[in-house]
Amino acid sequence: METGLPHYLIVSALLFSLGLLGVIARRSLLVMYMSLELMLNAANLALVAFSRFNQNLNGQVMVFFIITVAAAEVAVGLALIVALFRKRQTSHVEDLASLKL
Amino acid sequence: MDAHATQQVAEAGSKYQDLAWMVLASPLICGAGSWFLSRRLRGLTAGFNIAGVLLSLVLGVILFGISGDHPLAATAFHWLPIPGLDLTIGLQIDRLSSLMALVVTAVASLVMIYSTGYMHDDRSYSRFFCTLSLFVFSMLGIVLADNLMMIFVFWELVGVSSYLLIGFWHERPAAGDAAKKAFLSNRLGDFGFLLGILIVWAATGTLNLAELSAKFGANPSILGSMASIAGLLVFMGAMGKSAQFPLHVWLPDAMEGPTPVSALIHAATMVAAGVYMLCRVFFLYTAPGAWPAPLDFLGGLGAGTIIGYIGGFTALLAALIAVQQNDIKRILAYSTLSQLGYMVMAVGLGAQLGTPASGMYHLVTHAFFKAMLFLGAGSVIHACHHEQDIWKMGGLWKKMPKTFWTFVIGTAALAGLPPFSGFYSKDEVLVTALEVNPVLFVIAVLVAILTTFYMVRLVVVAFLGEARSESASHAHESPTVMTWPLLILAVPSVALAWLPLGEFIGSALGGHGHGHGAAHTAVEKYPVGILPLIENLSNGVNGALFGPFNHNALAAMMGLFAVLIGSSLAWTCYGKASSDPLPKTLGGWARLLKGRFYFDEIYSGVFVPLHDFAGAVADWIDRWIIAGLGIRGLHGSVELVGRALRLVQSGNLQTYTFLFAAGLAVVAWFTLR
Repeated sequence: METGLPHYLIVSALLFSLGLLGVIARRSLLVMYMSLELMLNAANLALVAFSRFNQNLNGQVMVFFIITVAAAEVAVGLALIVALFRKRQTSHVEDLASLKL
Repeated sequence: MDAHATQQVAEAGSKYQDLAWMVLASPLICGAGSWFLSRRLRGLTAGFNIAGVLLSLVLGVILFGISGDHPLAATAFHWLPIPGLDLTIGLQIDRLSSLMALVVTAVASLVMIYSTGYMHDDRSYSRFFCTLSLFVFSMLGIVLADNLMMIFVFWELVGVSSYLLIGFWHERPAAGDAAKKAFLSNRLGDFGFLLGILIVWAATGTLNLAELSAKFGANPSILGSMASIAGLLVFMGAMGKSAQFPLHVWLPDAMEGPTPVSALIHAATMVAAGVYMLCRVFFLYTAPGAWPAPLDFLGGLGAGTIIGYIGGFTALLAALIAVQQNDIKRILAYSTLSQLGYMVMAVGLGAQLGTPASGMYHLVTHAFFKAMLFLGAGSVIHACHHEQDIWKMGGLWKKMPKTFWTFVIGTAALAGLPPFSGFYSKDEVLVTALEVNPVLFVIAVLVAILTTFYMVRLVVVAFLGEARSESASHAHESPTVMTWPLLILAVPSVALAWLPLGEFIGSALGGHGHGHGAAHTAVEKYPVGILPLIENLSNGVNGALFGPFNHNALAAMMGLFAVLIGSSLAWTCYGKASSDPLPKTLGGWARLLKGRFYFDEIYSGVFVPLHDFAGAVADWIDRWIIAGLGIRGLHGSVELVGRALRLVQSGNLQTYTFLFAAGLAVVAWFTLR
């Protein structure tokens, strides 16, 4: 069977759903963070696949941007998590519910 | 008039427009100017205000001289040009308005000069004069205005200045109450007036008097089935200002104001504004009566007839009450009410004759002699140290001869004794009544008898006999500045009707009027200006003096008869009396008259509880429906929803994420499906 666009998209959707599940279900901030990265990369995969099958480079350009920005975002995000851990001595989301009214 | 002459008039008109504006503006400028600049300098302020009104008077004379057959219109600017309604500020100078402006400014300047004496020791001297100027300005606004909306605006301004002047001595609770009462009664009438104006506008699309007059001339029943209702609603304005039953209750109380104010506003000018306004919009009443479907049973009953009956009833009611009053100003106040009823009756009945001339005629003569009577009363009050009870006066005729003789002249004019002016104008009213409605003629004659009765009673009790109190025995003639206006006012009170004034008014109002003999024909082709008026004087005087007897002998004889009956009755009752004999002979009736038919008590017994009830209902609705259900209900439900939604805010990041994703999924499901 020839590998077509739907296959890539299905893999992308699976990866995205797994990432979302990780964000929703896991309690550790670090793991949630990794799941977020997974979701980003699922999107990347879909974009690359579109680019490939549409004979159009726009998608790949987009992916490069996402990878670049994600790298910066990871730096900031990890720094935030470390700062948070230093202040609260925890990285579990149940303990970080101070937004509650 | 040929085209050439018309053009000449038009050119003269454009030249004299500024003059007309000056007539209106000079009291305002002098009043406001002196209030802001020289309030602390009493003499200067008074002089300034008097100068303003005198200037107005002089310019008014010129205006009167140039006013001709064709009204001059002076439109200043378009105030509110809405599609379908162009509200302008403009003046219409014709014979009627220039005559009325003359009456207003003449009486006002005399009253103001008089006030320099009467109010001499008052603390708020400057305020008094400035408010008087405001009043004169507002009154001239009504008189000269060229459209109904402007009349209405100045109508309200007159109400305000009247309020300020009645309540001039505001530290006295009675004065404050009287001012409020006057203002509220007037507002009640003005509400109807405004509704009437709106009906007229809705039917014709214009408020300009000249245009309205032309439209009504072309099609008298332009208002269709609303004709009578519109007429009556507009009359409600006059009912308030001219104090007609049932809104008459404010006028006697308005005597709480200073006496010069009573003379100017509540005798000569403001209360006459209602009658004047009826003459101004007389075209509303010439159409045959018509009613909307639910009131069909009233048939062709015209608004004019109803107005005639209201006027006649007011005249009789007030004359009866005046018979048993003891306060000199109240007697005059009820007499004013009664005479206003006369005028309103004449205007209302005039609807069937096509001219309100007789009412307007009586207005002009009445303005002078009633102002003089009030100023005379003021002079008496001033002399007796603010004693107003006529039974505590007496014997004043020797001590204050000028006041006494002018008061007698005023009484003769008011009673309608020839050759005083009142006889001629009253005769016109009687003739109108006789020609149109015999019932009202009988009432009018009865009122004339009563008028003579209470006026002779007033003169006999207050001026003749012996002094009945300390203050009366020490009375002395008032200062010259107060007696001169009296003497000047005595001249028109005697001789005004010797001029062909009735015919002049007849021609001013466009109707045929009742001419008096020779003067009648002489004035039919009345040319422009004041000079021909003097030319016509010689045959005019002749015709005017004996006219009533030639024209309609029955009315004239009845008028004379009323004077004789009334004065002889009054003389028998009060000639030698040291206290009022009527309460003994009439018993309960006298008490009823003295209690003014208990109108105030009835009103406070009926309308005050009704008003309180309406107030309680409104309060309940406000408290429970609007504030309770509306405001607090809304606030409560919003808070409740807020409290419920707060539970969603768990603070748990992952719950938010889940809800967010779920929401997104739902939206995606509905959009991509």
